[in-house]
Amino acid sequence: MLVVAFVSFSLFTFVGDPINNMVGEETSDEERAELRETLGLNDPVYVQFSRFVINASQGEFGISYQLRRPVSDLISERLPATLELVIISALIALTSGTLLGVYTGINRKGFLSDTILAISLLGVSLPTFVIGILFIYLFAVILGILPSFGRGEVVDLGFWSTGFLTISGIKAIILPSVTLSLFQMTYIIRLVRAEMMEILQTDYIKFARARGINEKSIHYKHALKNGLIPVITIAGINIGTLIAFSIITETVFQWPGMGFLFIQAVKFVDIPIMSAYLVFIAFVFVMINFIVDILYYFIDPRIRVKAEAVSG
Amino acid sequence: MDNQGLTLLNRIKDSDIYFSFIKSPTAIVTAIILLIIFFCSFFVEIVAPFNPFDPSSLSLMDAFTPPSWSEDGVTKFFLGTDGQGRDMLSTILYGSRISLIVGFSAILFSLVLGVTLGLTAGYFGGKYEMVVMRFTDVQLTVPSILMALLVDGIARGIISKELHNEMAIYVLIFAIGISEWPQFARVSRAATLVEKNKDYVSASTIIGVSNITIMFKHILPNILRPILVIGTIGLALAIITESTLSFLGVGVPPTTPSLGTLIRIGNDFLFSGEWWITFFPAIFLVILAFSINLLGDWMRDTLNPKLN
Amino acid sequence: MSFLKINNLSVDYEMRRETVYAAKNVNIDVNRGEILGLVGESGSGKSTVGNAIINLIDEPGKISNGSIVLDGINILEDPENIAKYRGKKIGLIFQDPQTSLNPILTIGEQLIETIQTHLNLNTDDARSKATNLLKEVGIKDAEIRFNNYPHQFSGGMRQRVVISLALCCEPELLIADEPTTALDVSIQSQILDLIKRLTKERNLAVILITHDMGVIAETTDRVAVMKNGDLVEIGPTKEILTKPKEIYTRSLISSVPPTNKKISRFKIIEKENKSQSDTNIKILNRWVKKEISNKDLVQVKNLSKTFDDSFFTESSKNSVMAVNDVSFNIKEGQSFGLVGESGSGKSTIAKMIVNLFRPSSGEIYFNDICITKIKSNKEMMKFRKQIQMIFQDPYSSLNGRLKVKDIVSEPIKLHNPSISSIDLDNYINDLLESVELSRQSANRYPHEFSGGQRQRISIARALATQPRLLVCDEPTSALDVSIQAQILNLLKDLQEQLNLTILFISHDLPVVRQMCDRIAVLKNGKLCEVALTEDLFVKPTHNYTKELLTLMPKIESIYN
Repeated sequence: MLVVAFVSFSLFTFVGDPINNMVGEETSDEERAELRETLGLNDPVYVQFSRFVINASQGEFGISYQLRRPVSDLISERLPATLELVIISALIALTSGTLLGVYTGINRKGFLSDTILAISLLGVSLPTFVIGILFIYLFAVILGILPSFGRGEVVDLGFWSTGFLTISGIKAIILPSVTLSLFQMTYIIRLVRAEMMEILQTDYIKFARARGINEKSIHYKHALKNGLIPVITIAGINIGTLIAFSIITETVFQWPGMGFLFIQAVKFVDIPIMSAYLVFIAFVFVMINFIVDILYYFIDPRIRVKAEAVSG
Repeated sequence: MDNQGLTLLNRIKDSDIYFSFIKSPTAIVTAIILLIIFFCSFFVEIVAPFNPFDPSSLSLMDAFTPPSWSEDGVTKFFLGTDGQGRDMLSTILYGSRISLIVGFSAILFSLVLGVTLGLTAGYFGGKYEMVVMRFTDVQLTVPSILMALLVDGIARGIISKELHNEMAIYVLIFAIGISEWPQFARVSRAATLVEKNKDYVSASTIIGVSNITIMFKHILPNILRPILVIGTIGLALAIITESTLSFLGVGVPPTTPSLGTLIRIGNDFLFSGEWWITFFPAIFLVILAFSINLLGDWMRDTLNPKLN
Repeated sequence: MSFLKINNLSVDYEMRRETVYAAKNVNIDVNRGEILGLVGESGSGKSTVGNAIINLIDEPGKISNGSIVLDGINILEDPENIAKYRGKKIGLIFQDPQTSLNPILTIGEQLIETIQTHLNLNTDDARSKATNLLKEVGIKDAEIRFNNYPHQFSGGMRQRVVISLALCCEPELLIADEPTTALDVSIQSQILDLIKRLTKERNLAVILITHDMGVIAETTDRVAVMKNGDLVEIGPTKEILTKPKEIYTRSLISSVPPTNKKISRFKIIEKENKSQSDTNIKILNRWVKKEISNKDLVQVKNLSKTFDDSFFTESSKNSVMAVNDVSFNIKEGQSFGLVGESGSGKSTIAKMIVNLFRPSSGEIYFNDICITKIKSNKEMMKFRKQIQMIFQDPYSSLNGRLKVKDIVSEPIKLHNPSISSIDLDNYINDLLESVELSRQSANRYPHEFSGGQRQRISIARALATQPRLLVCDEPTSALDVSIQAQILNLLKDLQEQLNLTILFISHDLPVVRQMCDRIAVLKNGKLCEVALTEDLFVKPTHNYTKELLTLMPKIESIYN
């Protein structure tokens, strides 16, 4: 985490002169010097860094160059939008992806399997934004049944605003979440399928067959359980990727989330937002890895129960 | 020397790969499609009916012409024209050339960087390997889009605006390349570890062959297969990433539009009914990516020794 | 009537370019209470027959002809019903206990599941049945171990668990496919005894598939010999082994290294390369043959090697002492054997002598110079010329991407950089002919050769620098027994004509007896005994040596 903080900080300090970015061209040199003093930019580097870290851990990231508002406010406003989108997409991608992956892994041949695979290959080749545009065109322009931008009405729950409690909110989240999940879903399908196929070739499956265990048990009890172990890691990385890809989806659907904010920041070189986003993302990833490690511990007995080989 | 070339050809002919290629219709079809696309893109000046960058050839009267098979279309502009009177077919061809150049260069950069690091890490082991692997692990958790965006963002901040426009393509290639190298490193290292334990490596060591020679003469040719598969799929990904970035407005500069840029421009006209301006570039992009993925998939299945 | 009768069984595999006939019109029968051995070399089809009985043939294979009559019923007639027989009437065990068990379920769960699939018992009854079974196969503390996971058992114990799983529903036929090949000699004899006991106690019909003639001699009542899918001969074990009728059987038996005497050469009845003439070692012309002194060429003093955690995955200790204070000498021109089971450290010692890694402590002297202390690469190169190695796995010891001539020329070019290309070609040809390969082999790729031929290429490569010491790490363990005989003969000839000193590493005692003048026995990294070969075999002093000698399967036991 500290590494990330340092990177963020260097962005902040060294990339471009913050003052230049913040104020217009007309400001006089005197005023610039004054501003510099107030912001503490004349202090030595390590002082600035520790100030940055302390502020960051309290969620204080300074002021956006472009929008002139505290970054932390901006983030807390946008966070619920992104998170809701990501969570729904993750659910869609993981559940359908796993189900379809298992199905195509077990039934290697057959029309349905081949179709699913062909579609999944298509899914990997379709950039998310193309899917988004397509959906908008289809559902909003031609069919006119779903909104093409925005979040719909949101209900403010104090620190969180949710779109789940209104019909327009729910309608609004359908297209973006499906768009976002599609890319990931296809990836999961192929992964789970490859896993299943590999497991079904192993000796212990063969031995189970030799003992007369029926196919259904073999597939669901023996193969699937083993197959899920690597999927957990992938699920973790998945959520990270979803957050990243939400940038695209938010742009296409004009969804007011953090991704949209970030893109604007990159365009206008709005450093505080960029560094805040970075820190936030890093935090999320570290948390995810941590949770995945814990899950692994519970699921794989080889890790849980130490090998004390008793010879004899 | 002649003999060498001939035997290589013969070897390819005899190989299993060629055999499966001939027998697989998907492989042949996709290969043909890709060859056509590559050819058109690189010889675009000859192939394209118009040069959309020549302002003198444009006329606003031609703007918004629909594709030739619809009511108001003309055969001259096969796929219609955009808001400035540019022929869609030509712009798409020019655009695909940019997309392909960026995609190929980026993935090449990734490959060289990733394979070198992965190969040496797997071979030498120790602290060096640990450090390299930490880097890959950390970077792998960051999705490539994010990585590319970050690198691009930093570049914008460092380089001045004018210089940035000139260098944009190189920055983009670097950004996408940097985001993809961990995959190559990871695969190369894993494959290297497997090969390193094989006896032929021990035999060469005992003979006294130098480490570098072992790595590049012995190990590298044996780990090419999985790298090739990842490379193909990575190429598709690189092309998609580039188009995504261009779509978002942080990719190639508007003077050299890629397919992604075209889609973005066309998007504005979608609601007013001129669907073809965004539609055709999008279809082209999808066909390109799909063919590459299909080929990569076929390669993965053929080159996998286990599934037979 | 026999309990199991296989009639005219044919199994075909339709591959990409051709069809492989894995089994051709095989006729076999087995009775209850008897063990039938199914023996053959690789590609003989013995495993295919075993798998076919319970219809476990994977695609692209299929049973194209024949019937399998079990207790009067042709079970091939209704392929869907085969599942009923699996586990209930027929039990099958595989070679590798490590991969046969599902790693994330306890063995208790796997036992109960199997029992409840075939027998109508509630969980408690199933549990007690399973526990009793574990006791029967010799697992102590069965109640506790019931809840253990597979990785908590050692190799031998795991195989016992596998056997219990195969037998838990009281089948009447047991098929054991190379059940002890992956185990050490001492464990092997225990498992074979277990199988023999269970056969008697449960009146089982048993098919024991193996490539090891010694196992056949000691364990089976009748034996069937297979080659390339054909059934060559079938009959009572004693008869087949003492008075074989077919040429192939005779060749197979004569290739087996005798355990009770030393012979000078193996008798070869059918040669692999038909065009082989008697050994014509052409490289003798170039070889600067040294006169054999009576000195020690190699001296190993207090050699030790410790590996830390990263090398071993299963052990929960932090470091393993693979080699512990080992010392021995090898006289020039001699053949010295290093014998031990897995984990004995023999391979590690070999790798230290060829300088693949450095010892943790101790020294190795070659020609009175301490090679373990050499730091500079240049110095080391001088010794690399003189010490070469050949390996166990013929498939991984050659780089599949290089032509044979490139593989063999690599050492030559490295140590003689100024050699002209004509000279080089001639030298390569001489080397290939010395190992009984044709000149045309030079332009081919490794995958075009069989296992035995690849070992010959490895030998040619090793001889290219005219080494004084040739280290052979289990060079024939992965080869069929008839090929093994030919390669061992080749090594003997080469040693004699070129005055080579050989360090021969193996776990196979009879082979070592035939090849070596002196032998060192290792266990768990420690040296147990060093003696002249005949002394070791006839009058062993160390207990471990005595144990190994008693337990190793002997083909001669058939005469008792």
